[in-house]
Amino acid sequence: MTSPLTPVLSDGWDADRSWTLDAYRDGGGYAGLEQALRREPADLVALVKDSGLRGRGGAGFPTGLKWSFLPPDDGGPRYLVVNADESEPGTCKDIPLMLASPHLLVEGVAITSFAIGCHHAFVYVRGEVLHVYRRLLRAVEEAYAAGLLGKDVLGSGYDLDVTVHAGAGAYICGEETALLDSLEGLRGQPRLKPPFPAVAGLYARPTVVNNVESIASVPGIVTRGADWFKGLGTERSTGHGLFSLSGHVRRPGQYEAPLGITLRELLDMAGGVREGHELKFWTPGGSSTPLFTAEHLDVPLDYESVGAAGSMLGTRALQIFDETTCVVRAVARWTEFYAHESCGKCTPCREGTYWLRAVLLRVEAGQGTQEDLDVLLDVCDNILGRAFCALGDGATSPITSSIQHFREEYEAHITGGACPFDRSRSALFEHAPREQRALTGAGAHR
Amino acid sequence: MTAQTQGAPGPVEPGTVRAAGCTYDAATYERLAADAAAIVARYPRARSALLPMLHLVQSEESYVSRDGIAFCAEQLGLTAAQVSAVATFYTQYKRHPNGKYTVGVCTNTLCAVMGGDEIFDSLSEHLDVGHDETTEDGKITLERVECNAACDYAPVVMVNWEFFDNQTADSARELADRLTADDAPVVPTRGAASVCSFRQMSRVLAGFPDGRADEGVGAGDATLVGLRLARENGWAAPGPETDEGGAGSGEDGAAAPEAVESESAPHAPGQATPAVGEQGSSAEREPETSDDVSPGGPPPSDEVDESKETDQ
Repeated sequence: MTSPLTPVLSDGWDADRSWTLDAYRDGGGYAGLEQALRREPADLVALVKDSGLRGRGGAGFPTGLKWSFLPPDDGGPRYLVVNADESEPGTCKDIPLMLASPHLLVEGVAITSFAIGCHHAFVYVRGEVLHVYRRLLRAVEEAYAAGLLGKDVLGSGYDLDVTVHAGAGAYICGEETALLDSLEGLRGQPRLKPPFPAVAGLYARPTVVNNVESIASVPGIVTRGADWFKGLGTERSTGHGLFSLSGHVRRPGQYEAPLGITLRELLDMAGGVREGHELKFWTPGGSSTPLFTAEHLDVPLDYESVGAAGSMLGTRALQIFDETTCVVRAVARWTEFYAHESCGKCTPCREGTYWLRAVLLRVEAGQGTQEDLDVLLDVCDNILGRAFCALGDGATSPITSSIQHFREEYEAHITGGACPFDRSRSALFEHAPREQRALTGAGAHR
Repeated sequence: MTAQTQGAPGPVEPGTVRAAGCTYDAATYERLAADAAAIVARYPRARSALLPMLHLVQSEESYVSRDGIAFCAEQLGLTAAQVSAVATFYTQYKRHPNGKYTVGVCTNTLCAVMGGDEIFDSLSEHLDVGHDETTEDGKITLERVECNAACDYAPVVMVNWEFFDNQTADSARELADRLTADDAPVVPTRGAASVCSFRQMSRVLAGFPDGRADEGVGAGDATLVGLRLARENGWAAPGPETDEGGAGSGEDGAAAPEAVESESAPHAPGQATPAVGEQGSSAEREPETSDDVSPGGPPPSDEVDESKETDQ
């Protein structure tokens, strides 16, 4: 019998001064590293492979398999790079994890580095979270002082350096090859794959890029075993995961549960949609995952079930919107985000998101035409699968899914000549309705 | 190893005569060059130091100036064009002098809908500046910012990239007034004990700690909401695999009474938090482990105390 919530990563977050080495060790921290250093690196790779852990950054690629893709040791360096660039709209799990428990990540980094034969690991954290960066720098400093990093880790003869690197504001750097370019001091633009980072990653050397939550899950797998991890979740979506509820919900926040829990169950724990309102639409895993509606409340939140229902599990960023929310406004704003964050490298994404944004703003303002909906779908069709990286694909998800579920609402903007919603009703605080400014060309929002 | 240098000579050796282009005075240049060398030393290849080095030059002038670009180029053996290409790609690098405090209002969809748009409009009126504009007194640069990974605290405002959670238009205006007055510490919801200046922040982002990591909270309420609910209901992850009984043989005991209850009413927990001593609260649980009777005492050697969830 598994509990509805299974705090593993979040288990130490309420400890006094939880971010310190002392607190982390009081909770049993670094036992995994001690155990790992006594094992063969190949066994650790096999263990994580066997656990079924899949990448927690959105794509869901099996973590152990990714590790096993590294070519045989050729005597040169190989790297671990942790993707701590959490920026997908709605996603808010890695940042609180690193704020509350940076040592959990550091321990995972040390174990993973040992497993893959890496002697210099990097944590690429987005630059817009100052205190998280402070905590990571401090945790690494503490770990060095305690012999958990540096030369001869815990007397094992294994050496590991860890560098915590701050980005500078670019969503695209969450894409693993863009992240690597950024870490090399370049504009963060994705690389053509293959070669994959496992073969030619950082400095063209074999590299593993993993998400924070994936790496933070490793110490628990080492101490408790692959079968324990597989005992949680579903057959193909094993283990625990952080589910982040936000928006029109009474108790938003982090809920750590086995994969396969449903939004209905999570909403019940979170006190439901805000009082007097009902669920209209939600994202299962960030803005790049197609929207769901109330009819998807019972879809098990695992990779397979969400995929079969027409979306993606993504980062388990459950953004909840009630009936006061204009879906066109929501989607237009996400599209402004994608247009702003498109790196410009490939034409479908650069040009496509530019025009999607312009058309959506026009529709939202009541100045669209019926043909605009066809234009939107056509542009999406020309981006999806044709963009250089997943950013372009992601940009189409909210548009195509919202037109599928809420076509009448788009049409109401067009036929009514205005947005039929009062924005102030969606806000979480009282304020007088504000007259919307007229569109001022393609640069209306930014 | 494949050469990754972008067609430029290697980094300037220490002591090399500085090239023309950067007009920092000698003392400033020397001080920054020492910092730059410390940054370069963190990486296997010098060019990786460029992003932190751009944060460093922002800590000097509150933006990436021509001097800053020339400085980075000299330190890394790059051209000014190569450095500019990078500096203009990332939104945190400012192209004109920044205010002492960057006030960033999240206007990505979720925060915008929850009130972020109203907060931005209200602040913009209050301060009489638009996006990426700075107040005349040089105190505040107002920005619309993208999702900052705090959606469970929406609407969110960032001040010099510290979290101000659950804002309203009123609270944000009041926050701006305190920043403008600048006569008392302004305390983030989750962050250091007070916000620092934009330049101090930039120096931290360059990788030079300011010794403030231990200030502030570990987690806010929303971060802990699931964990607290689990604690109240005695929910926990199963214990580790054991050689004898497999996963969760003996150590599951602590969660058992609640597990039975949750089976009959799977959605009950969210409806209300049971009061201490009421059915469903942890206090209602029968003592089952040594910690239940002597908290802090040593657990029996052959049993893992689930309530402490130690990774043994």
